[in-house]
Amino acid sequence: MRTRAIVIGGGLHGLSTALHLALSGWSVTVLERRHVGRHASGSNAGGVRRLGRDVREIALSQVAAEMWRNLTALVGDDGGFRPSGQVRVAESAADLAALERRSASLRALGWTHEELIDRAETRRLVPAIAQHVVGALVVRDDGAADPVRTVLAFRRAALQAGAEIVEGAGVVALDRSGSGTLRVVADRGVWEAERVANCAGAWAPAIARMAGEPMRCGVKASMMIVTERLPHFVSPTVSSASRPLSLKQTKLGTVLIGGGHQGRADVAAETAVVDFRNLARAARIAAELFPLIRGARILRSWCGIEARTPDEIPVIGESTTCPGLVHSFGYSGHGFQLAPAAGAAVAEIMIRGTTNLPVAAFSPGRLLERAAA
Amino acid sequence: MTVDLAIIGAGPAGLAAATEARALGLSVLLLDENPGPGGRIWQAIETRPAKDAADRAALAAVRAFRASGAEARFGATVWCVEPEGRVFWSEGGRAHVAKAEQILIATGAIERPLPIPGWTLPGVMTVGAAQIALKTGGLVPSDQVWLAGQGPLLLLYAVQALAASGRIAGVLDLAPRGAFRRALAHLPRALRAPSYLGRGIAWRLALRRAGIPWIRASRLRAEGEGRLERIRFVAAGEEHVRPAQILLLHDGVVPSVQMTRALGCAHCWDESLRCWTPKTDPWGRSSLPRIVIAGDGAGIGGAAVAALSGRIAALGIAEALGRLGAATRDSAAAPLIAARARHLAVRPFLNALFAPLPVEPEDDTILCRCEEVTAGRVREAVALGCLGANQLKAFTRAGMGPCQGRMCAAAVAAVIAAARGVPEREIEPYRLRFPTKPLTLGELAALYDEAEPAALQAT
Repeated sequence: MRTRAIVIGGGLHGLSTALHLALSGWSVTVLERRHVGRHASGSNAGGVRRLGRDVREIALSQVAAEMWRNLTALVGDDGGFRPSGQVRVAESAADLAALERRSASLRALGWTHEELIDRAETRRLVPAIAQHVVGALVVRDDGAADPVRTVLAFRRAALQAGAEIVEGAGVVALDRSGSGTLRVVADRGVWEAERVANCAGAWAPAIARMAGEPMRCGVKASMMIVTERLPHFVSPTVSSASRPLSLKQTKLGTVLIGGGHQGRADVAAETAVVDFRNLARAARIAAELFPLIRGARILRSWCGIEARTPDEIPVIGESTTCPGLVHSFGYSGHGFQLAPAAGAAVAEIMIRGTTNLPVAAFSPGRLLERAAA
Repeated sequence: MTVDLAIIGAGPAGLAAATEARALGLSVLLLDENPGPGGRIWQAIETRPAKDAADRAALAAVRAFRASGAEARFGATVWCVEPEGRVFWSEGGRAHVAKAEQILIATGAIERPLPIPGWTLPGVMTVGAAQIALKTGGLVPSDQVWLAGQGPLLLLYAVQALAASGRIAGVLDLAPRGAFRRALAHLPRALRAPSYLGRGIAWRLALRRAGIPWIRASRLRAEGEGRLERIRFVAAGEEHVRPAQILLLHDGVVPSVQMTRALGCAHCWDESLRCWTPKTDPWGRSSLPRIVIAGDGAGIGGAAVAALSGRIAALGIAEALGRLGAATRDSAAAPLIAARARHLAVRPFLNALFAPLPVEPEDDTILCRCEEVTAGRVREAVALGCLGANQLKAFTRAGMGPCQGRMCAAAVAAVIAAARGVPEREIEPYRLRFPTKPLTLGELAALYDEAEPAALQAT
């Protein structure tokens, strides 16, 4: 089967890439080993956050924020996005000083979206927060979305734009045909295309290896807790300056607690299991920041598997060994917000060979294994 | 805490395994969420008067366990088991963890849900729940209590309720015609364990003597404004309406596989009971090296089989831990295994006689009680391309509420299978995740103090 472009991986990044390719008039086929949104895309916390990002990601994140505000225009649905704010609280004077330094360094770079607020304003935004909190850094028009709804919206939009999505097709080999096109061999067929996007998440480094490009990249299995439904007590998504936590209350009233606490991933088996001794720390921090939820019942816990780069920023750019192959992976647990913009950038690189979107810092070359170079 | 053997569940299987394992010199920790030993079948056995030979035998088993030196924790709700041998539970408002060389899961059976229109109305319960109320609180039914469905437990409860001076308006037998004829083929083998058949006949006779109406019925509906007020059913070709205060439903029991499924043990589909059952060898060993299963949780066999399986499992575990030679184990287990086979001989007959009722809920019947998802919405999702129970969550939130699919898994899978026109065994069941029982954030947070700091470094 021959198309102009193949996207490996039916997660949010793959679907976004396929959507932007199809919108540009390219024929594109998405090959997904299981079903769309099976791993990190369907199991993340849905944070739509610029707050606290690595400075190298901020520019792309700003582009993405604009796209989230108009998501309905892009995919016909808002993905459940609500601009209810993101708040990073200071739990001590030292925390507050660190947030002040962060705020100052961003302003020096010209970014003004992160705003330092005092204790009173923090309590106004988050009335249920514990007494010891002394201030916060906030992005008022950040927010959160529904990951499953977002994935389904991108899926629908990509299909409507003309993309083809093949579920149950796991890629086993990647090579070049006699005529110079890229050949993608899956367990249920062979596809050929001019361009291939590697959006395979935790399994993307394996795809890169198929292209003779071993990279330094690990995995992440961030755990999540969801509680029973509680009366509304918090609007923004809340994190802490010095401790790993992310907490939000959904429209249904359930509380999602994460923050990068790690479970145990088994990439080969495509599973990850929760480590409750690690998860206890998330519960501890959550209960200390919001004493009123101590008695809330945990309904479920889970973790998604995701690629994690050594410098915790993604890989976006054309392969150094295999022209025509464009990587997009390694979002290291914070790729959800970036997806609308990253897909546009990857599609543009595939179509034009370059992009004006700010992705230069994410070049694959930085992660090449020296032994192989 | 570190022990040789952690046992989850203090029913006949768990108690027998604990007693046997202690006799073989193993250190044993037994955990159960109830206030005392006995499990469902021997619920509150230490606190109520023993009224027959079965109660006295149960009490003897409990006393042997109490004297065995096993450490017992009651009011201890296990919510996670790790394949590497850690067991997590909540007790007294905080979470605890213990390490065990081997873990015996003896969590028994759960009732198969019987979703009829109106089954979520207050006043509609399961027979099992009513039996717990009878055993623990002495609560007996008074007038306008109807029993509906089928199965030995329904009969047993009716007899127990009458013996406790309760009153029952009637029994609606929902079994389709011809079940007895189909079961007859298995009768000769069942006669190897005639006591089961004798008991069943005695129960039916007791109900007849007490003048309890026994009605073959179909198309049962529970109706009322805000609570159960009446039942509607078809019998002998005519629709009937009867006032009802309580309706008790029952359609047999299936293995409780929450924990073994969440652990990732291999399971197989049991077509006769239409349920998933963990794969085990004769010693109860699962597909995971440290995990052993005994009792109804490994396949429905009843209390006597459970107790035998518990002892057999303990022998296997002692051998696996090097405390017992294989030859000694085999000779000790041989009579137990033979006795178990005799008891199990009745099962094909019972399984055919009480074959699960067909799951054909009307569109307005709620399947997932927690998220109030009806059979009609499940069928709509299938029409939109939903292939299985896990994708159904994204379509409808079915199975995502407080019970995490414990109640609706079987019915949801059956409805999806029927709507897709494929056998039920081809529907991937809900993926189950720990915690398999809800615990509070505060309870989990307390675990942070106890765990080794090294394990807590967020990487």
